[in-house]
Amino acid sequence: MTPLLLLMFLLVAAGGTVVVSTQDPKRQAVTLSVYGVLLALLFLLLQAPDVALSQVAVGTAVVPLMVLLAVRKVRGGKR
Amino acid sequence: MTRQVRWVVFWLGAAGFGVLAVLAMIRMPGFGSLVHPYRDLAVPLANARSTPNVVSALNFDQRALDTLIEETILLGSVVGAAALLRPSDHEREHLATEEGRTLEATRLLGYLLLPMTLMVGIDVVVHGHLTPGGGFQGGVVLATGVHLLYVAGSYRTLQKLRPLAWYRLAEALGAGAFVVLGLLGLLVAGGFLVNFLPYGTSGDLFSSGTVVLLNIAVGIEVASGVIVLLAQFLAQALTVQEIR
Repeated sequence: MTPLLLLMFLLVAAGGTVVVSTQDPKRQAVTLSVYGVLLALLFLLLQAPDVALSQVAVGTAVVPLMVLLAVRKVRGGKR
Repeated sequence: MTRQVRWVVFWLGAAGFGVLAVLAMIRMPGFGSLVHPYRDLAVPLANARSTPNVVSALNFDQRALDTLIEETILLGSVVGAAALLRPSDHEREHLATEEGRTLEATRLLGYLLLPMTLMVGIDVVVHGHLTPGGGFQGGVVLATGVHLLYVAGSYRTLQKLRPLAWYRLAEALGAGAFVVLGLLGLLVAGGFLVNFLPYGTSGDLFSSGTVVLLNIAVGIEVASGVIVLLAQFLAQALTVQEIR
């Protein structure tokens, strides 16, 4: 395992911990998005560009957007 | 179910999963090892069918049935979410005239990135058999790209330039095209989802037989599906209100 790969694994583990320990769902959407980028970089380093591309599109853009829209609806549509 | 029973059920499940996971991991090949029985079988088959992107060869040729089922799951999820999120009898759609302000920088960047993102999405879909990516990845990029209209412009612009009825239709057509291509394989070559078209020259846009067509069908379905899904969420968050 190369040092770069080891660093990436540690970053992903740290990112996941940050997402889990974020309390407010609105902030969690943002940390989840950042975590998605880290995970995509790990996939890229593990030579899986296909999976990295899916991860960026779904995990970093679509899912956080859906979470944010749902939070906004639940809280009564205030800006 | 009391709290105590729930814990017992959880620990039984966790213990079972733990034992099976450890048993599975003991026999796994080492990290980064050079022995790959699946690769030795899949790569020559992909090359023989002019599909340099082996992942696409697996997804759309060697294991196309799995992909069909996955796409059906996506279709089902979108239909389910759309059914749940539609306005009920005591709700109505109303869009506030005041839409808030968009930063000039956001607007500029959004409109610059909109055509680029759409081009990248189309490129990833149609070259799915040649380069990393494919119908699913390109479809999601296309769907998110369309929503730059909302980020850079306004919800009204998005509504005007995104005729939702078309996307509902396109989603069904994309999913249907996959099945039709599969049935054509059954008719022509005697097997559902058999790669029955000529394979062509490796590296050409029109090569790899049915893989390129299945990629485009999935691209249309995923792009339309995600757009319809996000449209329901956007409508719920921005326009649907309870009638008091």
